[in-house]
Amino acid sequence: MTTRIESFEQLKQKYEEYKSLVEVRADLDYDGDQKFILVCGGTGCVSSKSLQIVENFNNLIKEHGVQDKVRASISGCFGFCEKGPIVKVFPENVFYVQVTPDDAKEIFEKHIMNDEVVDRLLYVEPVTQKSMHDSLEMPFYRRQMRVALRHCGLIDPEIIEEYIGVGGYQSMAKVITQMTPEEAIEIMKQSGLGGRGGAGFSTGRKWEFGRMYQSDRKFVICNADEGDPGAFMDRSIMEGDAHTVIEGMAIAAYCIGADQGYVYIRAEYPLAVKRLQIAIDEARELGLLGKNILGTDFSFDVDVRLGAGAFVCGEETALIQSIQGNRGEPTTKPPFPAEKGLWQQPTVVNNVETLANVPVIFDKGPEWFANIGTEKSKGTKVFALAGKVNNVGLVEVPMGTTLRQLIFEIGGGVRGGGKFKAAQSGGPSGGCIPEQFLDTPIDFQSLGQIGSMMGSGGMIVMSDSDCMVNIARFYLEFIVEESCGRCVPCRVGTKRMLEILTDITKGKGTPEMLVELQSLAETIKDTALCGLGQTAPNPVLSTLRYFMDEYKAHVEEKRCPAGVCTDLLHYEIIPDKCIGCTACARTCPVNCISGAPKQVHVIDQEKCIKCGNCLVKCRFGAVVRK
Amino acid sequence: MTEQKNPCCTGSNPGYAELGAYIDALKIDPKDPERKEMLIMTLHKAQSIFGYLPAEVQKFVAKKFSIPHADVSGVISFYNYFTTTPKGKTNISICMGTACYVNGSEKILQDFEKALGIKSGQVTADGRFSIESLRCVGACGLAPVVLINEHVYGKVKQGQAEKIIEEYLIEYGEQVEVQ
Amino acid sequence: MITLTIDGREVSVPAGSTILDAAKKLNLKIPTLCYLELEKLHYKNQVASCRVCVVEVEGRRNLAPACATPVTPGMKVITNSKRVLSARRKNLELIISNHPFTCLTCLKSTECELQTMAWEYDVQVKYPNGERMRHKKDHSSAALFRDPDKCIMCRRCETMCNEVQTVGALTAFGRGFDTIVAPAEKNEIVDSPCVYCGQCVTVCPTGALIGHSYVNQVWNALFDETKKVVVQVAPAVRVALGEEFGYPAGEIVTGKMVAGLRRLGFDAVFDTTFGADLTIIEEGTEIIGRVTKNENLPILTSCCPGWINFIRYYYPSLEYMPSTTKSPQQMTGAIIKSYYAEKMGWDPKDIVVVSIMPCIAKKYEASLPNQESYGIRDVDYSLTTRELAKILKEGSVDLRYIEEEDFDSPLGVSTGAGVIFGSTGGVLEAALRSVYELVTKETLENVDFVALRGLDGAHEAVVDLGVRKIRVAAVSGLGNARKILDKVVSGEEVFDVIEIMACPGGCINGGGQPYAKDRDAVLQKRMESLYKLDREDKLRKSHENPEVIALYKDFLGEPGGHKAHDLLHVENFEASVMKEWEQF
Ligand SMILES: Cc1cc2nc3c(=O)[nH]c(=O)nc-3n(C[C@H](O)[C@H](O)[C@H](O)COP(=O)(O)O)c2cc1C
Ligand code: SF4
Ligand code: SF4
Ligand code: SF4
Ligand code: SF4
Ligand code: SF4
Ligand code: SF4
Ligand code: SF4
Ligand code: SF4
Ligand code: FES
Ligand code: FES
Ligand code: FES
Repeated sequence: MTTRIESFEQLKQKYEEYKSLVEVRADLDYDGDQKFILVCGGTGCVSSKSLQIVENFNNLIKEHGVQDKVRASISGCFGFCEKGPIVKVFPENVFYVQVTPDDAKEIFEKHIMNDEVVDRLLYVEPVTQKSMHDSLEMPFYRRQMRVALRHCGLIDPEIIEEYIGVGGYQSMAKVITQMTPEEAIEIMKQSGLGGRGGAGFSTGRKWEFGRMYQSDRKFVICNADEGDPGAFMDRSIMEGDAHTVIEGMAIAAYCIGADQGYVYIRAEYPLAVKRLQIAIDEARELGLLGKNILGTDFSFDVDVRLGAGAFVCGEETALIQSIQGNRGEPTTKPPFPAEKGLWQQPTVVNNVETLANVPVIFDKGPEWFANIGTEKSKGTKVFALAGKVNNVGLVEVPMGTTLRQLIFEIGGGVRGGGKFKAAQSGGPSGGCIPEQFLDTPIDFQSLGQIGSMMGSGGMIVMSDSDCMVNIARFYLEFIVEESCGRCVPCRVGTKRMLEILTDITKGKGTPEMLVELQSLAETIKDTALCGLGQTAPNPVLSTLRYFMDEYKAHVEEKRCPAGVCTDLLHYEIIPDKCIGCTACARTCPVNCISGAPKQVHVIDQEKCIKCGNCLVKCRFGAVVRK
Repeated sequence: MTEQKNPCCTGSNPGYAELGAYIDALKIDPKDPERKEMLIMTLHKAQSIFGYLPAEVQKFVAKKFSIPHADVSGVISFYNYFTTTPKGKTNISICMGTACYVNGSEKILQDFEKALGIKSGQVTADGRFSIESLRCVGACGLAPVVLINEHVYGKVKQGQAEKIIEEYLIEYGEQVEVQ
Repeated sequence: MITLTIDGREVSVPAGSTILDAAKKLNLKIPTLCYLELEKLHYKNQVASCRVCVVEVEGRRNLAPACATPVTPGMKVITNSKRVLSARRKNLELIISNHPFTCLTCLKSTECELQTMAWEYDVQVKYPNGERMRHKKDHSSAALFRDPDKCIMCRRCETMCNEVQTVGALTAFGRGFDTIVAPAEKNEIVDSPCVYCGQCVTVCPTGALIGHSYVNQVWNALFDETKKVVVQVAPAVRVALGEEFGYPAGEIVTGKMVAGLRRLGFDAVFDTTFGADLTIIEEGTEIIGRVTKNENLPILTSCCPGWINFIRYYYPSLEYMPSTTKSPQQMTGAIIKSYYAEKMGWDPKDIVVVSIMPCIAKKYEASLPNQESYGIRDVDYSLTTRELAKILKEGSVDLRYIEEEDFDSPLGVSTGAGVIFGSTGGVLEAALRSVYELVTKETLENVDFVALRGLDGAHEAVVDLGVRKIRVAAVSGLGNARKILDKVVSGEEVFDVIEIMACPGGCINGGGQPYAKDRDAVLQKRMESLYKLDREDKLRKSHENPEVIALYKDFLGEPGGHKAHDLLHVENFEASVMKEWEQF
């Protein structure tokens, strides 16, 4: 049984005590003789058996009787999930990728016992073909600045001692024992931290509002719904460093005067839910949550509430409805949650990443934080790079990093040698950013200006093999599925937009439809009840703005330049190239290719379902898509 | 206080006892305007017990919370996670999130549909398999992603559907049977 | 007070007001579809879903819904810019793009808020090939007809049913484009706790929720040579029907209505008020019995089928409390088919009784299996006030140009006591007038129990019956009924007699009454007219109704006696449910 930590002093003692637990990992200049094997325990790596890897390591350690020199444990996501499972060995910072449970033995015997790096498991830089020994040299990590993700891939998220060992809960302790709420809010304002949930609204000011409205019941809610498909930074933080979020919530609660917090987390993240619950239980046990925290008058507790598969519940008012046990339908703002939120009481809703930044600000000071980033957007931002990019993963960079740096340096460029066409940021609410803005420093403001938005940080890279009309249609389809159905412009309007876009991708588009799309988009933006509807037209508006030629090709020439919209494609066999090998005919699912062996084959256009199999199968380049 | 007539026929299914105990522990005051606070958590619990949320379970929950059945039904119908029809023992979800979509998850879905002879949202006649699509499980780095029950399969390629199902059944199949 | 400008004009409104409130003060008409203010009931439907009330607010990024946006000091609002008007129009186009074009055959046509607005805004047909909702029409009940495809998701009915009435029969179901307002699991309404109070009908802006029409059946009966068709008219109809013919609210059109009905070919035109007097005799006898024996108290009135459904569903263990007397509609029907039939020498089987009611629930009640006497239906068809206006118009009768006539005898003589049944508190007041005199054997000098009158949801009084004082209450609206029943159950309050009416305000506000735009004002007028009729009536006590006295003497025997029981009581409530309702 652990005992409660009763004061800031005691917390500091614990810190001194636990520091050594994480020393090998956290101290860059460590020169002891200990080794530490850290295996990624994030969703991605767990799915490829990383837990088995740790177990194997632990068994090996036992077998070799080296428990006092070598330790192995899991950690949160390293962000490089695509190359998972990841194993990192400290203090050398060696980064092994795509490790299998069987590889554990080799790593252990060679690297751990004999200081011999296992070259074949190192990450190989795709361009230079250089294998990287030190993870800090990897282009994927070189440009990154890990603030919100600072403990992900460093500590074991299921052991609170490790969090305390890296200085955890000291910011909270400092705030609640040494500052008035007003002072703490002032620090938040100075830091310039803006909400990472999408809009970038000043967190300090939001708290100030929360404090301003009087009530004997107030709430802090952590928004961990992360509905943007393709984004997974909040998941990673929850899985890898839940205590940071809890600490951030406690500070927020102290500032506004709340004593109850909720984490609203999506049910699709079972691992994150589990880790979060462990963290809450641990913190409660140590008295870091609950009544009279660290011997002060401040009491605060946190409960978990699961989402149930509704994107709109990421919107704060819908989220509140959902916690209240209702259908997750947003309500009009004003009143904002800071005035009338959960149970009509003042409530501050903050995003996971926002909250993860809070303890650092009190640790390193608001000036430190405000020095990172751009004039108006401070700090770093985590992006989930995905799509047609070489290095898929989570990256955290200072605000103001350009798209080019993000996609081409960190991301390693467009995958499969394709040409960059657009990057979609902000999820279904965001827009498609074309090539001409590759050098725009990205922050909340600049993304807004070019018709997209920061959103939660999803960044999907698209190449010339992606059809922008189809992408717009894809996002609209998402919106139509996820609209709560309350208000007319969104419930019916987005459906009509989707119908028009579908017509266009099917070759039934007319020039009038393009005009109608624009006009629908404007009304929906202008009159929808909540942020979902208000931003739903963005993918369409931005593609209309930057890729009109592609729309025109679909509408006027009935042609899909990217070759995606099946109804606008057809497959043909070039007689001169066909040698009559019959491969295509055999693969065709509808048997619409005719021709005797060694004779030129012909596709029956009426019957062809445009599956593309023949194109793939023909080794002579005789099948073409037009 | 609102009384209840014909309390739901809960005798036969032990699931009701478990669910009932869960709800009783919440100590719901029928007059408390905030009594629905744990409704969604309760529905999660109920679905984990029964596998789905048929009308009888809904009414049971409604009664325990002292709220109309319509209220419970409206909530359930709002959230994708809740289902009122049973899924297959082996439920295959194909991620249609953006990262997976641009990496060809549509084709993967078709693959599974073809392999099992059912469409997304359907259950095989023998009740063994069902397919559905979902939006992002947060493993986007492994796109395209397929989820079989709770297990994530990443970087799925076209033509692997049968193989993955087989792999799954070999590795976890027995657990499925005992469920 | 907060001062703001709208379209350049300054206006001051109390803090907490919306832009819509402020605009009203300036007599600016901002269109609304989903918004609904139930002033007296203190409920608002403010879901802000239709987005046709949007206005421009200086400094705001997007348009603001006037109905749900609080005013702030110095706010500058524009209600008619191009941006505003085109957004409104687009949203209307969108609503209509998901709406059937069946106005010609829609029961709500010409009274439909959506139809009117579409016309006012010159809305174009857009997206003719777009997908539309397809839901099953719900014919399951005898009373309430649902055509979900006409639902515009204004959610007014939800506010009415779930919050005001606390019945909880309706919910928004599903999500996105497929969302629909329906009973649980999109079941038919008969499988829901719906009590058919029809309050949702009074607020639905479209034809999605409406009373079932029996107009054609009634015409067929009238044209059937072999049938004797007898009509009875409820008290609340005579003070509302005029509205359908252009009279001001509350106009009393009793005589014209009687004349009109006769023109349509009814063989006799009777007054349900007669049945009301009968109700008082029977219920009064029961009250006296239970009060003097001091058992099974409080006794609850039973003349409102909506309310009876409610208690049966939500408080089954209190089923012994309501009086066993049938409602006036059923009593009148039963007497027509027995006493009157005998008198006329008609075979009851050849008689068709049509009732004209302010009510939707009466349609349901008339169809109940136990609402018959000696195997013969008491009432065959129940029409609403609105339907009456329709058949009158169809039958070439314009009330404005018709001479007044009197009800037929013998079931046409009534008292002021019976007339006030149409308003909340009326049944109780009528009962007290008789009970007082029958118990104390003294003449009641002041028959006006003003404490029980008014549109508020609950009134109470203490009446000294000599033997003892009784505590009585009159409650209208099922939300209020729930409150008082909870208190009765918990023992927090003790009453001897409680009148309960399902509709807030009573039958003057029934689900079958003409749609009232200016709700409270119209209800007030209707109510005043009922009390005026009572005041001006020579007979103001049910037990003094000479025809009622004759009926007992010639036919029924003792009040509460054997024959009275056969015809005028429902002993077995259990049989009165069409479908076994289970809780939730
Ligand atoms: C449709 C929609 C979905 C949203 N989803 C999320 C989400 O998944 N996570 C999140 O943190 N914020 C989301 N937001 C933003 C929240 O409404 C809210 O602004 C945010 O949680 C506030 O936190 P912050 O100030 O820390 O950014 C969403 C907003 C909208 C309109
Ligand atoms: S904009 Fe869409 S999601 Fe938001 S309230 Fe309206 S219908 Fe619901
Ligand atoms: S595209 Fe598919 S269907 Fe068409 S010819 Fe080729 S293989 Fe056959
Ligand atoms: S596969 Fe190519 S070469 Fe062979 S028959 Fe088909 S088109 Fe001709
Ligand atoms: S509800 Fe209104 S708009 Fe719709 S069909 Fe009926 S009358 Fe016409
Ligand atoms: S209003 Fe128009 S559509 Fe309707 S009946 Fe008249 S002409 Fe026909
Ligand atoms: S008739 Fe009354 S009980 Fe039935 S749905 Fe309408 S409001 Fe609810
Ligand atoms: S049924 Fe009528 S009142 Fe109810 S939501 Fe639909 S349109 Fe509105
Ligand atoms: S109050 Fe009157 S109109 Fe309303 S349900 Fe009861 S009887 Fe019918
Ligand atoms: S889950 Fe292992 S690196 Fe992301
Ligand atoms: S988009 Fe498929 S897992 Fe995120
Ligand atoms: S009336 Fe304001 S949104 Fe409907």
